[in-house]
Amino acid sequence: MSKQLIFGLFLFLSLGVFTYTAFRLASFFRLTKKGFKVDRISERITTTLLVAFGQTKILRRPAIGLMHALVYWGFMVITIGSVEMMVDGLAGTERIMGSLGIFYSLITASGDIFAAIIILSCFAFLVRRHIMKVKRFSGVEMSPKSSMDATAALTMILILMFSLIGMNMGYLVNHSDEIVGYYPISSLFTGLVSAESAHLFQETNWWIHIVLIFVFLNILPYSKHFHIIMSIPNVFLTDLKPMTQMNNMASVTKEVKLMMDPNTAFAAPAEDAPPPERFGVKDIEDITWKNYTDSLTCTECGRCTSVCPANITGKLLSPRKIMIDTRKRMNDRGPGLSKDPNFDDGKSLVGDYITTEELWACTTCNACVQECPVNIDPVSIIMDMRRNLVMEESNAPKELVQMFTNIENNGSPWQFSPEDRLKWTEGISLNS
Amino acid sequence: MEEAEQPIEENQEQLSNGTFHVPTVAELKAKGEEPELLFWVGCAGAFDDRYQKVTRDFVKILEKVGIKYAVLGTEESCTGDPAKRAGNEFVYQMQAMGNIEVLNGYNIKKIVTACPHCFNIFKNEYPELGGKYEVHHHSTFLQQLINDGRLKVAGGEEFKGKTITFHDSCYLGRGNGIYEAPRKILEALDANLVEMKRNRSKGLCCGAGGAQMFKDAEKGDKEVNIERTGEALETNPSVIATACPFCMTMMTDGVKDKNKEGDTKVMDIAELIVKSNNI
Repeated sequence: MSKQLIFGLFLFLSLGVFTYTAFRLASFFRLTKKGFKVDRISERITTTLLVAFGQTKILRRPAIGLMHALVYWGFMVITIGSVEMMVDGLAGTERIMGSLGIFYSLITASGDIFAAIIILSCFAFLVRRHIMKVKRFSGVEMSPKSSMDATAALTMILILMFSLIGMNMGYLVNHSDEIVGYYPISSLFTGLVSAESAHLFQETNWWIHIVLIFVFLNILPYSKHFHIIMSIPNVFLTDLKPMTQMNNMASVTKEVKLMMDPNTAFAAPAEDAPPPERFGVKDIEDITWKNYTDSLTCTECGRCTSVCPANITGKLLSPRKIMIDTRKRMNDRGPGLSKDPNFDDGKSLVGDYITTEELWACTTCNACVQECPVNIDPVSIIMDMRRNLVMEESNAPKELVQMFTNIENNGSPWQFSPEDRLKWTEGISLNS
Repeated sequence: MEEAEQPIEENQEQLSNGTFHVPTVAELKAKGEEPELLFWVGCAGAFDDRYQKVTRDFVKILEKVGIKYAVLGTEESCTGDPAKRAGNEFVYQMQAMGNIEVLNGYNIKKIVTACPHCFNIFKNEYPELGGKYEVHHHSTFLQQLINDGRLKVAGGEEFKGKTITFHDSCYLGRGNGIYEAPRKILEALDANLVEMKRNRSKGLCCGAGGAQMFKDAEKGDKEVNIERTGEALETNPSVIATACPFCMTMMTDGVKDKNKEGDTKVMDIAELIVKSNNI
């Protein structure tokens, strides 16, 4: 009974803390701007099944992708067991789903096998990170905290899996006469647990496992591993447009139409017209809700940066940094801005976090968007920041300013006369 | 393309020596006619010395096949793509609305262009502003002509067995999912198509997209086009095939930089068709 009480209290506290954090992060959505419309639901479901559940994009790098996919699918199965543990803990029961018979055996057996696979994968991940030092895990934007985050998460997952197998080992020895479920991996190691210590062994591992689940859950929102929670919704909320399609700014359409309409071109603006909104993204209140979910979802894997032509050739731009900075800026400014819409800390996303040099290096090739395993779009926010630089700050490289002038004057980005547009036709003939 | 199964129209009077006149939409209109297809030349296609050759070759193919096409000529103006990608939505939308007015005024229904940036903006960004057209990039258009048997490319010895590598344009490939059409054309030429390490959706940009074409690159260790040309040259190609004016410039500069102009040519898919078939 006391176990139930202690567990109940623990569960209540940790879920409470998590709910608080989740609400705090969600409250920042109020600061963001409208983005695209979330429609085409069946297409979204297909995308989610493929990219999130099917792991299709992470599998673009097959070997390491498969390891991640196995960890992910393993988590899915093991989560069923975690729910059972919670029910058991509250109800004082043991393996309450045992009555499912063959299905229960299937669930426990896959959980048991997946635990072993996850352990192997996590060791491989640690080796890649700390011994092989894979290049994409480093970069200017990768703080020591980020690396510690990764190591801590991998260690926690390892302890979770060891305790799961430990719990099963204890259970097998403790209940050797009436075992419910099937445990192909744990049963290999039952010789390590004596009959007298089996109960204590099982209980200890049970507590380690369940406590760690909730500690992990509460650390997630503060770490890059928040993707465990965010990636499925983020994939569902993918902007389904073709990658190179850029939105047309409605505010500009309105103004251009006014300018082109001779009846309104010289009319004074209406008295009650709302103040014009800021063009593009300068700071965190200008980003869309999708830019924000993107930033929360980024797990800093660096696949984007590793394929970025600018980054590959030594330029400052790193799409991963754009996402990290966006999330950081919301963390830094969001709380103040929530209380006071005019909150100003003298800084802004463009300038203090992301430099113009980074923004101007993007070729809009969308390789980063293509590679992101969870469909984050760094290009859209980069383009919106360029829009702010150009349309609000008149801050563009001088060659681009010249290009704008050429288009306006000659209808071509180069300085050619529109009269010469047919020069290429002179003397044209077949078989020559 | 089925509706195009008709003999050469009288507006495309070819003289016996092969010279012909490229009709403008305005000229057709004066005769009370409309083109079946608008060829959007694009600024690079009209002004860039190197790309003018691609434009000419593509028009020769249209002429040869006998499609009733026309160009806008002096009425064509930049789509606004470089301005938009450089953050100037005003210049872009001014251009877009002006162009849409012209195109809709001429009742244009179907557009083909040899520029993936023009193609992308017509296909994806103009419709919302009122410019709704059936838009083709010349790679899929030419491949369709070959498929339909209207354009014969087989039998040419020019590229038979020669190594050709295809450089994917980002705005065609990743942007709009066109990977296979240009490759099928190369295969139809009997060329030995060899892929670079990074190809199709993993293709590396030439470095010119997003208005980079019009500015110097930011500080780094290397130019993007040098990196990409290096990858292309690893396949020891006779030809690096492209389907985009910006890629063409960047790859050509890259090949020059590596002093390989003698061994490797950078050519557009339309040029390859024309060359191998003496069109």
